[in-house]
Amino acid sequence: MSEKFLSLKNIEKRFPIFGKDDYVAVTNVNLEIKKNEIIAIIGHSGCGKSTLLNMISGLDVQTSGEILLENQHVKGPGPERAVVFQNHSLLPWLSVYQNIEMAVKKVMPSLTSAELRQRVEKFISMVNLEHAKDKLPGEISGGMKQRVGIARALSIKPKVLLMDEPFGALDSLTRANLQEHLMRIQQNVQNTVIIITHDIDEAVLLSDRVIMMTNGPHATIGEILEVNLPRPRNRVELQSDPEYIRCRESILSFLYEKFAKDDE
Amino acid sequence: MNKELIKKIVLPFLVLLLILQIWSSIAKAVHNFPTPSQTYVAAFGGTKADGEVVVGVLADPFYINNQDDKGVFWQIIASLKRVFAGFVLAILVGVPIGLFVGMSKNAQYALNPFIQIFKPVSPLAWLPLLLFIFQDINMTAISTIFITSIWPIIINTALGVKSVSEDYMNVAKVLRFSPLEKIFQIILPVSVPYIFTGMRLSLGIAWLVIVAAEMLTGGIGIGFWIWDAYNNLNYHNIIIGIIVVGLIGFILDIFMGKIADYFDYTKKGRA
Repeated sequence: MSEKFLSLKNIEKRFPIFGKDDYVAVTNVNLEIKKNEIIAIIGHSGCGKSTLLNMISGLDVQTSGEILLENQHVKGPGPERAVVFQNHSLLPWLSVYQNIEMAVKKVMPSLTSAELRQRVEKFISMVNLEHAKDKLPGEISGGMKQRVGIARALSIKPKVLLMDEPFGALDSLTRANLQEHLMRIQQNVQNTVIIITHDIDEAVLLSDRVIMMTNGPHATIGEILEVNLPRPRNRVELQSDPEYIRCRESILSFLYEKFAKDDE
Repeated sequence: MNKELIKKIVLPFLVLLLILQIWSSIAKAVHNFPTPSQTYVAAFGGTKADGEVVVGVLADPFYINNQDDKGVFWQIIASLKRVFAGFVLAILVGVPIGLFVGMSKNAQYALNPFIQIFKPVSPLAWLPLLLFIFQDINMTAISTIFITSIWPIIINTALGVKSVSEDYMNVAKVLRFSPLEKIFQIILPVSVPYIFTGMRLSLGIAWLVIVAAEMLTGGIGIGFWIWDAYNNLNYHNIIIGIIVVGLIGFILDIFMGKIADYFDYTKKGRA
């Protein structure tokens, strides 16, 4: 797993402001991500973590620097870098099934209709939503919607799964439930995942490495924390695990001592 | 029966009585103005005050005496045909223009001033120009409807396109949708409720325009029928015509509303 999979080199993002100097959102970001690694990016709001993810997804373009996926330059958005959006972004006029079907159909046009149906149903059952497959997004709960969002993103066989605060809008019990879903899926199907979060427990629980961002402007990677916890991980047992406690404290001290941010 | 329902029936009935009362007073004050009962006889048949037995215009709407003398039903059909021709034409041209204006900032900048200028122009102002161009009753009526009812369709379609959330477009970008796929799989489904609102407004305008247009162009149609009633001193037919025009406009609006609801995804599940 030492080969280069996803590389960020000297990434900088500036936003021009009329009549003033550019606003430098992120600068000097260098990161190597291994295949099947789960990376959490954490930081205060305004640290440019979403901007960073958008540049990897191609929805935004870096001002300078380069992003390489399997030695290919990332140019614009594409299905090999699937995104799970914070607000799920399901199309409200399509059923759960149709939302996933639309994505699979577009990315894998050579599938026969039987293969298509099989694939869509496989991913619906992966997130345990068989009972809701004919429902419209408006008829299911927020947590279920986000599960559909995850299923849709995984169904197109991405090389990298990008998650932008995927559970941020959910209550904490639903969030825990979705984290379990994600860990279970990850046990079965290995994916490379980058997850943006502002939740310390979520970052430690889910990831192999936690990328801690300094505050903007001129945000950059402050520290990188290796989470040396075996999988599968159990959230209850972890609470007393010394490694878990060490990781938590390390992030806490980064966010609240070294780079504390006043509420504005 | 619940109270609300009783109110919904009784209250309009009281207003109807009031209207009839005002109408009767006007009939008394204005020489030759038809009373409600005279108008009723003219509409549904009966015996007039002078003993003459008449067949009402609404009791026998299907007669055809000759090319220039047809029942009310045929007048309405002639008007509806023109309305739908102009309306469909307005949809066919207006929706693509609306999509274009909604999707392209440049198109919006280029076209918006003209949309705003032409939108408030009365159909009666267009009519002489179009009559001069086409020299034909049908073409003039249809093109007048087209040119006055296209604006709400363009404006509402563009509004619908603008309402497409950035999130949906991001999904389309990640899936690498072609421009056509974006239009048919994302933009149109979101815009459809807006487009139908525009169409509903348009159809209302078209039905307003047809009466005025037919009065000036003549021939056949409910507008001409009303004008003809005026020229022949059949004043009760004017009132019958007004009520018929109102009822049909009301039915058209309900009809459009039903179609709009059918295509509106937000009315199916809660989105």
